[in-house]
Amino acid sequence: MKSLAELAAIRDKMRQTVATRDDKASVRVVVGMATCGIAAGARPVLNAFTEDVARRALENVMVTQTGCIGICQYEPVVEVYEEGKEKVTYVKMDPAKVARVVSEHLVGGTPVAEYTVGTISK
Amino acid sequence: MQELSLNILDIAQNSVRANASLIGIKVEADTAAERLIITITDNGCGMSAETVAGVMDPFYTTRKTRKVGLGISFFRLAAQQTGGDLTVESELGKGTRVTAWFTLGHIDLAPVGDLEGTVTSLVQCNPDIDFVYTLCVDGQTFEMDTRDMRAILGEVSLAEPQVALFIREYLTENTQEMIPPEFHGGIIPK
Repeated sequence: MKSLAELAAIRDKMRQTVATRDDKASVRVVVGMATCGIAAGARPVLNAFTEDVARRALENVMVTQTGCIGICQYEPVVEVYEEGKEKVTYVKMDPAKVARVVSEHLVGGTPVAEYTVGTISK
Repeated sequence: MQELSLNILDIAQNSVRANASLIGIKVEADTAAERLIITITDNGCGMSAETVAGVMDPFYTTRKTRKVGLGISFFRLAAQQTGGDLTVESELGKGTRVTAWFTLGHIDLAPVGDLEGTVTSLVQCNPDIDFVYTLCVDGQTFEMDTRDMRAILGEVSLAEPQVALFIREYLTENTQEMIPPEFHGGIIPK
């Protein structure tokens, strides 16, 4: 069974990562976690991003939350912020869509256009 | 909300917005007495008696972005439909305690759901806040305190995806055998 002592090994690994991180552009994945987002399924989306990012050891990606951004009908909403690039807003997300966003956008650098808010409102 | 753990996540967000530095989440079950009690406490800014009186009203919110505040109403409804209820105690400058109690085994009890996912999400998204999560089932207790994790992690953030993944697996492994079948809700899956 897992014990807290295992955190020491993760800490040592992360210390090396943090040291090299400064060289890379940072990426923030932000999940809407107000009542509207939570009710629509934001938590499994957040967990799926976290798991994928951790398993692929994407060193420059952080996954976090925000409140209601006012488009409750499109929740779960995920915003991706990349240094020097325009913000990308994904709507009606689910854990199945997360894998594609991670591989094509966070790793490959090309946003998944069909999941973005721009596509939905057309 | 499909699960009570999602209500917990939602209510704890209020504690985050209240600028709490310490948030407690306690889930206590006594299967013989058919009682489930969920308590969310914080040391945030607290509320005046007038505000506390308003939070039960779904058309009351302090937010300016929209006109409804459904979090407490949803959670209270989930409790009331099992014969339980919810109270909010608060003091300005001291903090807030939300207590909800439920009848275990009641046909209208929502599944308790993914508590580990809720706790992990809260810790990961609010790495500067400390969380104490307590699960107590029929006298057996599990407790997780982020201050213990912080002591080991040093300058490495609780927000790191690798740390969050560990927390989730740590919680799952250490609590899954404590979860009684009654937590699956009023209709126990076959």
